[in-house]
Amino acid sequence: MDSIRLDATLTVHPRVSIRPEPFGALLYHFGTRQLSFLKDRVLLDAVRACDGTRTLAQALAEAAVPDAQVERYRRAVATLVHSTMLESRPANEVAA
Amino acid sequence: MSHADNRPEAPIDELVDEESLVEEVSIDGMCGVY
Amino acid sequence: MTLVAPSPVQTSPVAPARTSSTLMGHFEAGLDAPICLTWELTYACNLSCSHCLSSSGRRDPRELTTEECKAVIDELQRMQVFYVNIGGGEPTVRSDFWELVDYATDHQVGVKFSTNGIKLTPEIAQRLAASDYVDVQISLDGATAEVNDHVRGPGSYDTAMRAMQNLADAGFRGFKISVVCTRENIPQLDEFKAIADRFDAQLRLTRLRPSGRGADVWDDLHPLPEQQRELYDWLVAHGEGVLTGDSFFHLSAFGSALPGLNLCGAGRVVCLIDPIGDVYACPFAIHDEFLAGSIREPGGFEAVWRESELFQRLREPTGGGACASCSFYDSCRGGCMAAKFFTGLPIDGPDPECVRGFGEQLLAERAEDALPKPSGDHSHRTSPPRPRGGAGPVPLTLSVRRPDAPPAHACAESPLAGFSPTTTAAGCACGTDH
Repeated sequence: MDSIRLDATLTVHPRVSIRPEPFGALLYHFGTRQLSFLKDRVLLDAVRACDGTRTLAQALAEAAVPDAQVERYRRAVATLVHSTMLESRPANEVAA
Repeated sequence: MSHADNRPEAPIDELVDEESLVEEVSIDGMCGVY
Repeated sequence: MTLVAPSPVQTSPVAPARTSSTLMGHFEAGLDAPICLTWELTYACNLSCSHCLSSSGRRDPRELTTEECKAVIDELQRMQVFYVNIGGGEPTVRSDFWELVDYATDHQVGVKFSTNGIKLTPEIAQRLAASDYVDVQISLDGATAEVNDHVRGPGSYDTAMRAMQNLADAGFRGFKISVVCTRENIPQLDEFKAIADRFDAQLRLTRLRPSGRGADVWDDLHPLPEQQRELYDWLVAHGEGVLTGDSFFHLSAFGSALPGLNLCGAGRVVCLIDPIGDVYACPFAIHDEFLAGSIREPGGFEAVWRESELFQRLREPTGGGACASCSFYDSCRGGCMAAKFFTGLPIDGPDPECVRGFGEQLLAERAEDALPKPSGDHSHRTSPPRPRGGAGPVPLTLSVRRPDAPPAHACAESPLAGFSPTTTAAGCACGTDH
């Protein structure tokens, strides 16, 4: 699961709801009934930038993740892919 | 708790000195609903 | 009396630090909106379960109207409450029940509803199976009719099994079977699991609370000390495959913590809205003592959630009181506030079912008048009246009077008020032979 590459194109799962919180955000997946807790707003911005049109590298840049932190955020995103909050697919591929 | 920032490939020292940015839990694992 | 010997500490995982940067730190301090909440839509119920948390039976004439319910859903959508657990009473006997379920899911509020299965016809099951946003939880308190019906009433086992069969036939996978663990059904845990597996459902075991009518039967039905151990071992063996609603964190003192947050969510991340719009800290705490306000007051639900004095207090750090020095406090957290309150124990002391036996000790020393008086009761009026507060299991008297005509006025208290029985179920849907 740690293999998500920076050139992957990611999309928020259509059954995931995102709720911003003062400390970051809560993501709830209606399919798996899992909650994910994002611990900062930068990660929230990065997740929101995963709209199927950008690579992960571009999404992290959009969220202004500093170069030195890219690996840390990439790993956080990989966790979200693992729990299917995010899917590795471009926006034009409709989920089944 | 089902606490997971699964990073099987991450070296131990990284796990220790760098706080994970994501925590995950099942919504069915919260007390106060029936 | 015999105290339970504290079990040797096994290799307990390090309890996560409850600092502000952890999920639990934020949860303990309360969120701006609940993650989910329980919403009891009606006090009406076709059954009279002896352990009913909300003392349900008769509809309350003041229950929220369809329009008021929709306004609540609008507010939950604005606050981004992820989903509601709809219960009752028996929520499906409200004539607008399916309309409200559709309204919620159309407004990005997910629904899980708890039912005894009375309205779960094959047609309804198919409709539910087609929805991505509705989950169903069937209540079953015995793996056999004998054990189940003793608590839930005659015919209720067959009703639940028929509902589950309908869901399975419709292809609904992973619906929940909700079991309240009692002295009588803990020997049946493997049988419950087999039932869940047979229907491709998920077993959810929760704790018997001395709330509502549960106060009357708790002494006779709550698990014996050795059964608590049996339950704990069974839960550990089954891991995350069996849901618990985090309701057994007081058992974590037996060894390692069970899966879940091990956190009381009352007024912090969850709460209860009752059928007349009153907001309580949690569904196990329906009593004036835990009443935060009403959604009918100006400001609605949001104001109650954010501003009520009670909820503010529940979000403050707690010291642990008499339990502070216990080495298991980190995972047990002193157990359940409601369980303590309704058994007349101090809130800042041990749980009545403390696995080290401290609760039992306090129960034995309790004053005669220690039990709180119930503050609401919608039980069916039976003749002779059901004994309240007496010892021994309450003999069930199932009231199944059916209205000959639809209720003509808002004060009709029948559980089936405003509801026309359908012809799809076999005979009368109440599940009894008559």
